[in-house]
Amino acid sequence: MTQQSLLTTGPGQVPVRRRRRFRASGGQDRPRWQTTVLLVLCSTAVFLPLYATVVMAFKTAEQSVDGQVFALPSPVSLDGFVEAWRLTNFPRGFAISVFVTVVTVVGTVVLAALAAYAIARNWDRRFFRWSFFYLLAAMFLPFPVLALSQVKLTGMVGLDNPLGVAILHVMFQLSFSVLLFTAFIRGLPEELEESARLDGASTWQVFRRIVFPMMAPMSATVAIFAFLASWNDFMMPSLITADSTMQTLPVLQSVFQTQFSSNYNVAFASYLMAMAPAIVVYLFTQRWVMAGVTQGAIK
Amino acid sequence: MATTAATRPRAVDRAPTPGRGLGRRRVGTTFYLMLVPSLVLFTLSIALPAIMGITLSFTDSVGFGEFSFTGFTNYVALFSDPAIAASYGFTAGFALVTVLLVNVLAFLLAIGLTSRIRAKVTLRAVFVLPMVISAIVIAYVFNFLFSNSLPQLGQAMGLGPLEESLLADPDLAWIAIVVVTAWQAIPSALLIYIAGILSIPGEVYEAAAMDGASAIRRLRSITLPLVAGYVMINLVIGFKNFLNAYDTIVGLTNGGPGTATRSVAMTIFSGFTGGDYAYQMANATIFFLIAIVLAAVQLRLTRGRSAF
Repeated sequence: MTQQSLLTTGPGQVPVRRRRRFRASGGQDRPRWQTTVLLVLCSTAVFLPLYATVVMAFKTAEQSVDGQVFALPSPVSLDGFVEAWRLTNFPRGFAISVFVTVVTVVGTVVLAALAAYAIARNWDRRFFRWSFFYLLAAMFLPFPVLALSQVKLTGMVGLDNPLGVAILHVMFQLSFSVLLFTAFIRGLPEELEESARLDGASTWQVFRRIVFPMMAPMSATVAIFAFLASWNDFMMPSLITADSTMQTLPVLQSVFQTQFSSNYNVAFASYLMAMAPAIVVYLFTQRWVMAGVTQGAIK
Repeated sequence: MATTAATRPRAVDRAPTPGRGLGRRRVGTTFYLMLVPSLVLFTLSIALPAIMGITLSFTDSVGFGEFSFTGFTNYVALFSDPAIAASYGFTAGFALVTVLLVNVLAFLLAIGLTSRIRAKVTLRAVFVLPMVISAIVIAYVFNFLFSNSLPQLGQAMGLGPLEESLLADPDLAWIAIVVVTAWQAIPSALLIYIAGILSIPGEVYEAAAMDGASAIRRLRSITLPLVAGYVMINLVIGFKNFLNAYDTIVGLTNGGPGTATRSVAMTIFSGFTGGDYAYQMANATIFFLIAIVLAAVQLRLTRGRSAF
């Protein structure tokens, strides 16, 4: 029930349904304007720092230091972006971030889907059931406990680079993702798989042709969470990646705290470029984001 | 548990039809191939480092080279180290304040966002937005606002302590960390509360309205008790997350001024460069034990929930 109502919170279909429900429930069905206004006022708390980021990014160097953070840029200047692009070597940082994130998303969806399918369809066997709890245990491991040993191990096997970061991201996403996938697969009817098997399909074919396509909505949720966790992560790349020229975007932002601390317009242009991709992806996928949080919490 | 595990597989082997039994044995290998790669990678990258870390906490290792076992020396030292106590004190206090602030605000917002309002979908999307922004980047943005804009405002309005940067004041810097952490953490708590409130059947409210219950009364006697489970989930998940606080603190104060805002996670990481590797691994192990206790609490709570 909860999951369904949230799954349908996306744009489009829902408002209609919700309005209808209110009418059916009797009583006043006029929208509450005071609450709406109050919430809009509260939303400035969300927008204010973002607004500051955007206007600061478009200011000239002189205007950015005058202390009037919320003043509109005049004139509008792109110098900040040009400088940030150069100082952080943005194309390289962006490419590395994209690489880490893509490997993480693909790796998480594929590995978690496969593992969850094997677990869900063999729940009666001890090995699979115990594997499930084994994978789940990582959800309760605080990262600092593993971090130092992970740094040593990745260094030893030559994975102290973006690929190593991506692999660790996949592993940390695995618990939560397997949990979501397993719950989802249990809800799928087994008849389709059985009839395919009677027609001579192998397990692998059943998974690839039938089960995996049916899991698409959950794959979307898992993928978005993997994307957000990987794109925004600071701790893992900053600890694991030995070569500072191979850093992801969030880590690169620290140069403005240490080396270029007074070029505020440049710093904010860089922050904006680092956060924009996540915001854009969120705007297009927010209903899966919402569904995912609730599913993860309630299970 | 042990008995079910022992009897079940046999029961399955006996039961199936001939065709299925044959298929099942052949299929088995594929299922193993689907699961085993994950298990191997997981063991190498998660379980092995955890075991290594815990083992090294009983040694005098500095992170490389030779070491010898020293038993519980590190643990004994930990309990009398004022720096460790300070980081636990700060982290626990910070987590407690943040968890309360986040849940009060998220609950109020959830009430608002599930009531009859205009632009509901858009407003929900707006309040969830902070969740998707990198913690370190948003901490840098707030860092600027706290050290430039807020003092300016404070001076203009003559607000005493706010005339100086919050981040430079050892007694007040934690407030900035709480604010930014809450800004980032409210969305996920909010979504869970929205789910909780939406799961209450509308009929309950109708009945209450018919009996003449006021809005406040309905909130107190229906909404609150029926979302109590979600409150507990949010408290436990939040507390667990805030204990791990790292990115936001690095971005805002980097543990300073001095060591006033140094979290446990930051203290543990200091062992990587500070030469007290084994000592901080002991710290991490203690931290792990605390996390296990919290996890046990969470498991108990969430198991109760799924009955719903």
